[in-house]
Amino acid sequence: MNDMTPTREEREARLEGMGCKRKRVEDVRFTQGKGNYVDDVKLPGMLHGDFVRSPHAHARIKSINTEKALKIPGVLAVLTAETLKTVNLAWMPTLAGDVQMVLADGKVLFQNQEVAFVVATDRYTADDGINAVEVEYEPLPPLVDPFKSMNSDAQILREDIKDKKDGAHGPRKHPNHIFEWTVGDKDLTDAAFKKADVTIKELISYHRVHPSPLETCQCVCSFDKVKGELTIYGTFQAPHVIRTVVALIAKLPEQKIHVISPDIGGGFGNKVGAYPGYICAAVATIVTGKSVKWVEDRMENLTTTSFARDYHMTTEIAATKEGKVTGLRVHVLADHGAFDACADPSKWPAGFFNIVTGSYDFPAAHLTVDGVYTNKAPGGVAYRCSFRVTEAAYCIERGMDILAQKLGMDPAELRLKNFIKPEQFPYHSALGWEYDSGDYATAMKKAMETTQYAALRREQAAKREAFKRGETREIMGIGVSFFTEIVGAGPSKNCDILGIAMFDSCEIRMHPTGTGIARMGSKSQGQGHETTWAQIIATEIGIPADNIMVEEGNTDTAPYGLGTYGSRSTPVAGAAIAMAARKIKAKAQMIAAYKLEVHEDDLEWDIDGFRVKGLPEKFLGMKDICWIAYNSPPPGLEPGLEAVSYYDPPNMTYPFGAYICVMDIEVDTGVYKVRRFYALDDCGTRINPMIIEGQVHGGLTEAFAIAMGQEIHYDNEGNVLGGSFMDFFLPTAVETPHWETDFTVTPSPHHPIGAKGVGESPNVGGVPAFSNAVNDAFSFLGATHIQMPHDFWRNWKAAKQLGLIKDAAFAA
Amino acid sequence: MAKTHVTMRVNGAEVEGLVEPRTLLVHFIRENLQMTGTHIGCDTTHCGACTVDLNGMSVKSCTVLAVQAEGAEISTIEGMANADGTLSALQEGFRMMHGLQCGFCTPGMIVRAHRLLQENTSPTEEEIRFGIAGNLCRCTGYQNIVRAIQYAAAKINGVEFQEAAE
Repeated sequence: MNDMTPTREEREARLEGMGCKRKRVEDVRFTQGKGNYVDDVKLPGMLHGDFVRSPHAHARIKSINTEKALKIPGVLAVLTAETLKTVNLAWMPTLAGDVQMVLADGKVLFQNQEVAFVVATDRYTADDGINAVEVEYEPLPPLVDPFKSMNSDAQILREDIKDKKDGAHGPRKHPNHIFEWTVGDKDLTDAAFKKADVTIKELISYHRVHPSPLETCQCVCSFDKVKGELTIYGTFQAPHVIRTVVALIAKLPEQKIHVISPDIGGGFGNKVGAYPGYICAAVATIVTGKSVKWVEDRMENLTTTSFARDYHMTTEIAATKEGKVTGLRVHVLADHGAFDACADPSKWPAGFFNIVTGSYDFPAAHLTVDGVYTNKAPGGVAYRCSFRVTEAAYCIERGMDILAQKLGMDPAELRLKNFIKPEQFPYHSALGWEYDSGDYATAMKKAMETTQYAALRREQAAKREAFKRGETREIMGIGVSFFTEIVGAGPSKNCDILGIAMFDSCEIRMHPTGTGIARMGSKSQGQGHETTWAQIIATEIGIPADNIMVEEGNTDTAPYGLGTYGSRSTPVAGAAIAMAARKIKAKAQMIAAYKLEVHEDDLEWDIDGFRVKGLPEKFLGMKDICWIAYNSPPPGLEPGLEAVSYYDPPNMTYPFGAYICVMDIEVDTGVYKVRRFYALDDCGTRINPMIIEGQVHGGLTEAFAIAMGQEIHYDNEGNVLGGSFMDFFLPTAVETPHWETDFTVTPSPHHPIGAKGVGESPNVGGVPAFSNAVNDAFSFLGATHIQMPHDFWRNWKAAKQLGLIKDAAFAA
Repeated sequence: MAKTHVTMRVNGAEVEGLVEPRTLLVHFIRENLQMTGTHIGCDTTHCGACTVDLNGMSVKSCTVLAVQAEGAEISTIEGMANADGTLSALQEGFRMMHGLQCGFCTPGMIVRAHRLLQENTSPTEEEIRFGIAGNLCRCTGYQNIVRAIQYAAAKINGVEFQEAAE
């Protein structure tokens, strides 16, 4: 060995493989304004489409007059439901097995619903056209409160299905009922409650919110009449699914549909669904023969293209007097809005809400979910969430705190007492899941030690005494949250979208000079796949990450995949990468054995190539193997070095974490200050710690927004009150707390590299940590459960309801 | 609608175009000049994705008419790199400190931070947070954006970047 020979450490470092805080390759273009987002796509002669929308939440449409609009120079077409009926597209199927109006057909069912689509030469003229379309409405009484949806005198919203006794998920109990979903053992659970020393029952609501990525939903559709080909550039988290859905509903041959998701400006679940804008732009390009762009504005985004949550969860826990939980009973009233456009795997009407037993060893549990229609926007997407896991985690984490309060126990102690133990994995939950791995107590204890939890509780006790003595008007809350997520949808045995199994895929093609390209079925919206996927390949086959280009989002070149949402990319696509890389490595080993003149079994892998066991000088590097694979492969072996893997995961992965939030609230104003937020995440093997930390920061900020102010609220008339960034809380850098991150590593036993998802964990675990902090602050004053969001006004209101506001001006 | 002729300097180059009186500056930049680095994220002047530098001030170009920018000196994200084409201290800082994820807010953030560092060469964390409060980010939680701007400030000032202990 001479001085020029790189050391093992240098060879490892050069790869920038797994575990490395590799800087992102995407950033070079993004920091220079050279990203290519959908609205940046500009095709020759491109037209712009925009919607006429309903001002009413519920109304019959008496007439639509497009004459004046069509007289405006530059307005080329106005599509209505009648136009769409000629191509059988006035309604479209939803991901949840319902149907949804593309354009209002006879009536409107929510405010801002799409009524007509104006196509014009530019976006300003399209707006002129919108203002000139005359729609005559006959207002109907709106149904806003989901608790009244199934009343006998409730207004029937969906006249199209009013006589249907069965929906996509079984029998319907009422014309406004969508489904009832039941899981668990009712008798066993009832028995546990009968025997319980202590029970709690609370209605825990998780309000309606919206993912609101900074880039709204948009598309450019371009139909080539000669070739009969439709190209769609769109903000799609799942481009292949969009292609198949378009093929099915537009009756176009799938090979003639080209779906391209370029750079996406954040998704958070908003960009999974199919929206009327896509259908209208597609029809408009076919009708006009010109490319048509549709870009929604922020108000349209917040009020029409999906929402998240809106779950009202009646939660009951049974326990012994020592604090051992014995039973869980949850009933959810799920407000789905006017159409069931929930974005869940098709067999799961309430997503994976049955993860609601959380991190605890419940011997019995029973869950019922009733989905109902209201005059609100459709949706129910997984906003930084793996299909209703956020709702489930909030439900159980609030429930555990309420139980701790009733038992007079510390919330952290109650959790430690009930955790599923490391030796119980794989653990079969009472609601049907098989948890893959976990070490909850270690994570919880690390969080408690790092934050000096015991000292915080002592400080809180002293502050409470001072408050009671009238020495301070500030109260202190400590929010504990311990979440278990279920991510990586999913095994084809139970996960599909409209019949498409939820596998994912990777194709790796190595080039003769020792570089390569990896094409994926996943689609980054900011997660940094171009950086991290290359790191997996680097470690697996010993080619530097810088020499691997990752390409996503073009359905013509990418292998079929189900896209990126629900923290599924690392668990599913990440596994496909490792498996494809291992196929490459297996062929490389055959080549190396031939060239080094030994049996394959006599070779060992050594960072970036194969070495003959016992003969360290006999080594062949992967770079050289790439050249040989193409130009002088062993006799009988076909040339080339590429592989495809379609990965159908055997199970989900179950990331977990312990979060602790310390908050001070001034009772006379409701003003809160997050003093400290500590987040420990365990996502198994860590591919790029820098990116994981960034994901946690972002998810916590979204959790902060949701818990502390964000809401899509409707008034009694069905007017949406959170329709712009004026009213919908997105924290700025000033409000956003400082985040402390930490980790433990418990690999997934079934994943090829032991990794679990992480992007959504901070949203899942963060919301209960904030909410528990607020509730914990008020708990010694008699509060049991205060509903989110906990903005200043609501905190003040809570204080007032507890009789803490003495000022005569505010006296009740 | 009758069109008006406008001229302005964008990233050092004289540009001109015909616009309707109602055309927003952001649309003039994106559609007429085809410089698409400046983004649009809302309709109420909250998000700051469209931030450009106009006559030495950070301005949200969705709330300025193109005709109001007649004769103005404008810098956009496309004008932020060093003269030799390398990443500026801020662009490098955003990359090194992982100050971006989806990249949609990034152009506005960098253009705003550029002006902030002209106004205050050594801002504290609090001053940075206040200084970028007109720019929303949905991905990063701002913490790494703050570090990115601190990194750039240190580099511009020729001092070693010291990360604050967590």
